Amino acid sequence: MAVTRRQFMRVSAAGIAASTVGALGFGDAGEALAAGVRPFKLERATETRNACPYCAVACGVLIYSMADGTAKDAKPKVVHIEGDPDHPVNRGTLCSRGAASLGYVHSANRLKYPMHRKPGSDKFERVTWDFALDRIARLMKEDRDKNFVARNRDGVTVNRWLSTGFFGGSSLSNEAGYLTYKFVRSTGILAFEDQARI
Amino acid sequence: MSVLQALDLRRRSASTVPPPPAGKAAAVEVAKLIDVSKCIGCKACQAACLEWNDLQQPIGVTDGTYNNPTDLTPTSFTVMRFAEHEHGDELEWLIRKDGCMHCDDPGCLKACPAPGAIVQYTNGIVDFISENCIGCAYCVKGCPFNIPRISKVDHKAYKCTLCSDRVVVGQAPACAKACPTQAIYFGTKADMTAHAAKRIIDLKSRGYGNAGLYDPPGVGGTHVMYVLHHADKPSLYSGLPDNPRISPMVGLWKGMLKPISLAAIAFAGVFGLLHYVAKGPNRVTEHDEEQAAELEERKGA
Amino acid sequence: MTNSWNDIKNTDLVLIMGGNAAEAHPCGFKWVTEAKANNGAKLIVVDPRFTRSAAVADVYAPIRPGTDIAFLSGVMRYLLANGKIHREYAKAYTNATYLVKEGFKFEDGLFAGYDEARKNYVDRSTWEYQFDDQGMVKVDDTLQDRNCVLNLLKVHVERYTPEMVERIAGTPKAKFLQICEMIASTSTPDRTMTSMYALGWTQHTTGAQNIRSMAMIQLLLGNMGMPGGGVNALRGHSNVQGITDLALLSTSTPGYLVLPTDREATYDDYMKSRRFKPLRPGQTSFWQNYEKFFVSQQKSLFGKAATKDNNWAYDYLPKFDVSYDVLKMVDMMAAGQMNGLFCQGLNILMASPNKAKVATGLAKLKWMVVIDPLETETARFWENHGEYNNVDPKAIQTEVIQLPASTYAEEEGSATNSSRVIMWHWKAVDGPGESKSDMEIMSALHLRLKALYAKDGGAFPEPIVDTAWDYKKPENPDPAEVLKDINGYALEDIPDPADPSKVLLAAGKLLPTFAMMRDDGKTSGGMWIYTGVYTEAGNMSMRRDASDPTGLGIHPNWGFSWPANRRVLYNRASADPDGKPWSQRKKYLEWNGQRWAGGDVPDYGPTIAPDKNVGPFIMNQEGTARLFARAAMPDGPFPEHYEPMDAYIANPLHPKVTVNPVVRVFAADAKSFGTPDKFPIVATSYRLAEHFHYWTKNVHDNAVLQPEMFVEMGERLARAKGIKDGDWVEISSQRGAIKAKACVTKRIRPIMVDGSPCDVVGLPIHFGFIGLTRKSQPVNTLTPSVGDASVNTPEYKAFLVDVKKTTPPAAQPATV
Repeated sequence: MAVTRRQFMRVSAAGIAASTVGALGFGDAGEALAAGVRPFKLERATETRNACPYCAVACGVLIYSMADGTAKDAKPKVVHIEGDPDHPVNRGTLCSRGAASLGYVHSANRLKYPMHRKPGSDKFERVTWDFALDRIARLMKEDRDKNFVARNRDGVTVNRWLSTGFFGGSSLSNEAGYLTYKFVRSTGILAFEDQARI
Repeated sequence: MSVLQALDLRRRSASTVPPPPAGKAAAVEVAKLIDVSKCIGCKACQAACLEWNDLQQPIGVTDGTYNNPTDLTPTSFTVMRFAEHEHGDELEWLIRKDGCMHCDDPGCLKACPAPGAIVQYTNGIVDFISENCIGCAYCVKGCPFNIPRISKVDHKAYKCTLCSDRVVVGQAPACAKACPTQAIYFGTKADMTAHAAKRIIDLKSRGYGNAGLYDPPGVGGTHVMYVLHHADKPSLYSGLPDNPRISPMVGLWKGMLKPISLAAIAFAGVFGLLHYVAKGPNRVTEHDEEQAAELEERKGA
Repeated sequence: MTNSWNDIKNTDLVLIMGGNAAEAHPCGFKWVTEAKANNGAKLIVVDPRFTRSAAVADVYAPIRPGTDIAFLSGVMRYLLANGKIHREYAKAYTNATYLVKEGFKFEDGLFAGYDEARKNYVDRSTWEYQFDDQGMVKVDDTLQDRNCVLNLLKVHVERYTPEMVERIAGTPKAKFLQICEMIASTSTPDRTMTSMYALGWTQHTTGAQNIRSMAMIQLLLGNMGMPGGGVNALRGHSNVQGITDLALLSTSTPGYLVLPTDREATYDDYMKSRRFKPLRPGQTSFWQNYEKFFVSQQKSLFGKAATKDNNWAYDYLPKFDVSYDVLKMVDMMAAGQMNGLFCQGLNILMASPNKAKVATGLAKLKWMVVIDPLETETARFWENHGEYNNVDPKAIQTEVIQLPASTYAEEEGSATNSSRVIMWHWKAVDGPGESKSDMEIMSALHLRLKALYAKDGGAFPEPIVDTAWDYKKPENPDPAEVLKDINGYALEDIPDPADPSKVLLAAGKLLPTFAMMRDDGKTSGGMWIYTGVYTEAGNMSMRRDASDPTGLGIHPNWGFSWPANRRVLYNRASADPDGKPWSQRKKYLEWNGQRWAGGDVPDYGPTIAPDKNVGPFIMNQEGTARLFARAAMPDGPFPEHYEPMDAYIANPLHPKVTVNPVVRVFAADAKSFGTPDKFPIVATSYRLAEHFHYWTKNVHDNAVLQPEMFVEMGERLARAKGIKDGDWVEISSQRGAIKAKACVTKRIRPIMVDGSPCDVVGLPIHFGFIGLTRKSQPVNTLTPSVGDASVNTPEYKAFLVDVKKTTPPAAQPATV
């Protein structure tokens, strides 16, 4: 969701550049100054309201993104993240994790492609999404069909599947969490947990 | 504080700056107030500084303290310094955000022989202009707080800019914006001084009889100030100078420069550049410093 | 949190114990500094280490890890002995005056009904009230009966004298009494204390009872439901509150409903035990609505397939015989009882105790799917990383599929913070490479499995085939549509109960409140507590009006706080039984003659007059809060100090029952606990401000700010072992050994326990063999695989180790 602060900044930045250079009125010092103060780097950026992904204070953040003018790919990239001053809890502030979260989005260790490690192998190999998803669905069905417990020893219908487990993540959105719940519970998996336990 | 801070120059290294045009309102002086009594040492300021300024500080190792990086570097403009202070049976963990103090009377600028490598804006911010820096490191010796660091990559001096690029568009410096507990405030120097006074009253009510504001007169006051619980002993805070003042050597520089014409300054700049190109970055040696102190003494006598 | 981050500014006293808010939640801690600077509040920190929170505290006191109940019971004893309780509040709003059954007793460390052979309280029948002929609890308003809860509590805590607290917890008596006095100052109606805790209380074999102890103190002081009061869990991940609400937990369904057990063969069995009836005259037990919530949820899960005839698809839900919590899962894996495992944003190799056991378990799986935005130790558990993960890939037959997930910046949706406020976030950019959102991945897996079962059949295909996934774009649903599904709809016209000819809500409309839910299949709604978040008026989680009309930090139009947009829970208790605020200074809600008025939504019937005598704790059948827990806790109706499983001393209170007698210990772990003769040092593990769990070791700037594993130790221990700052140290426990750099500090002092000094070391949890930080063996190499008696949260906070100076590890290349 883009908001107007960016436009305000653009105006401000332009205004200050004109007035400063104009006011100086003298030679090298003016040039030195123009060279010295870094251009405000968010001038062309789009601002998106989001929430810090780390702790449960869930601070409001502003994500600044823009396309890299030099890249052939004109996809916008995140260039800066800072606290959302309107947010009642964090009031624009961030801790050392939130303030460095740009580095999480761009971490060298971000996963980009589905990978597959064969039994006994010492490496991951890249696979397609189709391969990965089909394989998982097959593995699930095979194990579920073999090990599903419809009734317990007393003959009570229990409809559970205990030989596969699912650890969910506490950083999922509520919507992703609910879809996860629907998906996992529908299979009869009981070993279904998340970080709330630990 | 006006949203738009006019960044007219007040001082420029090895140059004279003409006064701003008549009729122009004087710029409001800004200040960053670091309230050590509210600081939790979370390093948000360090992270925000690294991110905003696109600094690529190498990943180090731990030395068995919370100080990481262990010192200021050309790519770490600010670091938290953690000091464990015992008095009687009580313990205090005194955590100080270290970085450029933006002295009103900046020793670095006065020591700098390169025209325009260091400037001071009328709002009080002291900024390094890399393009003009010759890497001589005189600023390092001129600084009473041991702040500037010379890059081994481009042989230029670096330090906190007080986020002049943010201040110019009416935004607080990245560290002040991020600080979770508002241990870092930013505003006009007058407002910051008044705010500090309130904080000092609160601290005194909690038993810190010596709480006070650190705005050392030896450097003409600073545009980065501290609220200290023990203002009587600044050195408790990882060696914050009790009475900072500009090194005598810088006085000598000034003394020598006074009679020299602008042309000579230009020459000094060119010489500096040639010297740099030929020999690489210079360092002020201990010998230079001793000599300077001697000259200063003689002058005094 | 019962209250909220913003509400902390209203407090007069902050007690940080069992947490380290300045370190783990700096931006929430802001409200502590706000209360200090603008409300004259004082801050107390009780922690084994002098922490970053302690750095700005007014009073700091040390405590031995794992002895919080001794400390807090000592506080209760002080309050009761010195008359420093809010007597009117305790009498009216807690079960203080209720009479407990005659046979209830506590002797030599055990409550009544313990079965030594089964290591459990098999007979909890005396952990119960006395009832009259009407089934109502008997009370003694004069508080004279020796069996009334308050008198039983007095007797129970009498043993926790300041001397005993010092003996067990090591907190110096003078410091302890100073803190008691400060806490006692909030027993007056015009002052409140807030409690801020986190994993420092939960990660013990007595975790739930630690928190109960504080809840009891707050009830005695009259600080529940009050501005600036409450018991506030700071919580971990950004949406751990939402994911807990949504029940990604083995025995729950969304909204704190419970999965059926084997004992509930039929729907009637299940509902019978949940139609809770009031235990005091006139109470409105909230759970009377259980069936409405349950049926609406089944309609959301299974749509048309859930009908009255099939008992709302009751048999589509699995029934549980035992809890399949994290520790149980790892135990099953290690025993070769599991074939498949999904790890979706949970790095189990780092996150579950006893790494060796986890690694054994992962190697016994046939397959594992890892869904994560980042490389994790779990995904690469089979990879050899020298001494950091010394395994032979050839010997590990687990097939691993790793799927790249997007991050918060790359998707939209809502999340719920620890103040229970549901807030929307918007997508900024696309994720890298071929990464996909978790919503898309879950949809793809569900749809593929559904297609396989629809085509080929198999074991009980119905719940999979019938799961309602009728979103407009089933392969990648719009988050807004899913939030509506959680909120709930009218599936048919809902008639007005007062006048059946009128329609209260037309078919197809979103439910405005959970009060609209029906048990006849006319409504759907995935989770009743979130109903109201997305109504015909729009997506309430998107609201961004930061105004705060009362100045109390309520912000009623910012996001949506469950339930019913209520910001402070139990807020009816902020007024006296007549409906007047206990104090003008702490005014929050009051009865204005017609209704409950104030800046917040009442946690109560909005028009129930005070003279109806409905209690403010409407989630309990009594209408009051429980100082005596009845049989709700497996380890006793009152908290009791038990030593951690790695016990440092024999329990001074009852040496024959040193540890929690009902802790679940798996056979495989029976010999995994340490003893002080071999491991004479107490260790605790914790988080650092510079890192978030195991994520930020992959973030450059955070790796700069804390690059490497260390162990914090006091000067006495370091001297004794010849260790200096930066030296390499080996830390060993009964489970394993790791290396770390020494951080010798004045901030950890030996704690005097039972008259002798006890050395404590601290270990941050963040470092592993994947990441930009220096490689390290993870801390869970050392921690015991055992959990809290109530909820099985692992005991990470108190265990025994030894330390010695050692040689540096092999070269530590960073990054994968």
